[in-house]
Amino acid sequence: MIAVQQLTKRYGRHTAVEDVSFHCEPGTVTGFLGPNGAGKSTTMRMICGLTPPTSGAATVDGRPYRQLPNPGRTVGVLLDASAQHAGRTGRETLTVAAATMGVNRRRVDEVLDLVGLGPAAARRRVRAYSLGMRQRLGLAHALLGDPRVLVLDEPANGLDPEGIFWMRGLLRDFADRGGTVLLSSHLLREVEAVADRLVVIGGGRIVAQGDKDDLLAGAGTVVRARDGAALRAALHRAGLTVSDNSEGLLVSADTDAVGEVALAAGVALTELRPAGGGGLEQLFLALTAAAPATAIAEPAGEVVR
Amino acid sequence: MTIVSTAPETTPGHRSGAPQPSLARLTVVELRKLVDTRAGRWLLIIIGLLSAAVVALLLVYAEAPEQTFTTFYVTALLPVGVLLPVLGILSITSEWSQRTALTTFALVPRRERVIAAKLVAVVLAAFGAVLASLAFAAAGTAIAGATGGAGTWQVEGALVAHSVVFQVASVLMGAAFGLLLLNTPLAIVAYLVLPIVWSIVGELVRPLHRAAEWLDTGRTMEPLFTAEVTAGQWQRLAVSLLLWMVVPLVAGMIRTMRREVA
Repeated sequence: MIAVQQLTKRYGRHTAVEDVSFHCEPGTVTGFLGPNGAGKSTTMRMICGLTPPTSGAATVDGRPYRQLPNPGRTVGVLLDASAQHAGRTGRETLTVAAATMGVNRRRVDEVLDLVGLGPAAARRRVRAYSLGMRQRLGLAHALLGDPRVLVLDEPANGLDPEGIFWMRGLLRDFADRGGTVLLSSHLLREVEAVADRLVVIGGGRIVAQGDKDDLLAGAGTVVRARDGAALRAALHRAGLTVSDNSEGLLVSADTDAVGEVALAAGVALTELRPAGGGGLEQLFLALTAAAPATAIAEPAGEVVR
Repeated sequence: MTIVSTAPETTPGHRSGAPQPSLARLTVVELRKLVDTRAGRWLLIIIGLLSAAVVALLLVYAEAPEQTFTTFYVTALLPVGVLLPVLGILSITSEWSQRTALTTFALVPRRERVIAAKLVAVVLAAFGAVLASLAFAAAGTAIAGATGGAGTWQVEGALVAHSVVFQVASVLMGAAFGLLLLNTPLAIVAYLVLPIVWSIVGELVRPLHRAAEWLDTGRTMEPLFTAEVTAGQWQRLAVSLLLWMVVPLVAGMIRTMRREVA
């Protein structure tokens, strides 16, 4: 549904995105992860035909975005919730978009209802909206044309925890009905809970991608013992990579291997489990820390204005 | 806030493959966008109030024989001619200053169609302004007739036709400046100040006298306020509009087509 092939974007000598390729299939939610300035927004703008790539190409529903006859009916796009005219009301913003796409006006009420913007909120001007309300309006805007594909840049930004929980349900439901979702975030927890697949980007390059479960499985084991030093020494002797984790030691091996090592060394464990979400965080930090120079070179792209 | 999902249990996007939005539909959208913000609505209200005000001033201060339909009409055109181009500028630049270009061009990636719709919309607004000026002039004439003014209803068709050319050219010049500069204050200042600067320079610098006759829109448009425009005057008007309207329009179109939307 979304196919990205070797997208590259250079601004002068600075490379914002380099050789990025991935696919998003119907029925899945793809989490697009990376720290601020990693190139997520630039990649998404290139997918949506708003930024011309230096090289490479992207297609949505088999066509380059710019060749979609009425893109709003195929792809729902939310790239920046703050990019709405401050002087228009929420309802007017959607009415204008509905008129552009040729969507029935009733659909405006439907999506307002769907994202939880009541009649009073819809009558207010966007100027008076909180960031959370703008995100809801942006989601309503993306859903307006009843698309098959959603491209959402940091949609959870500014939502309260309840709103984030609600949005997860909405996106999960959308994908379960056969839709395709590409959703970016710099917060792992947000994406981890809803994504099937992950694409991790750092310094403009893809550093990891695959099924979430596969990536999690590779994330290692968290282990703790009362005698931490003895455990660490035993793991080192066994040739395993050990690092400190807020919850104990993070070992790049599965729980079986770590348990065997501990038994052989006679160390009593107080905790032994797959690293899971915490491990993904380690993975994320490790992967993206590999390219720190570029990661901070372009911070403006992600800042909420 | 608790939200219950009301999404129907269908595959998303069963209605896709919808046709490309027609230019007519995009024009209706752009017309709506001219008036659905406070800035646009107030600009139109102020243009209307100023036109009414100049007619009222004529009723109070003009000599009785001068209180004719033609005088009212020509005077009512002036505030429109100055301010309507600002509406043309706003229609283009607000997409960038308010960053709505991001959603506009995501919905219509063929940007030239959006620009064409905007130009048609502001031209229609210019026609509307001419009709409003005619209405104000009619009201003024009727009042003048009842209060001792001349109240003559006579107006030459050519004058109305010329005034349409004036308003359309003005609003397109504004839109062209907006398209070229893509920045509201810059475009407004450039649109209002450049011709004045040009007039002053053309006046002061002797070798430029002849060039100014052909390039100063303040001068070349003046005959449009009369019923008689000679072939030579049309030529000068065309040359000045080529510089101040067509060139920025084409350059601005190219710039907008290529610009990255962020």
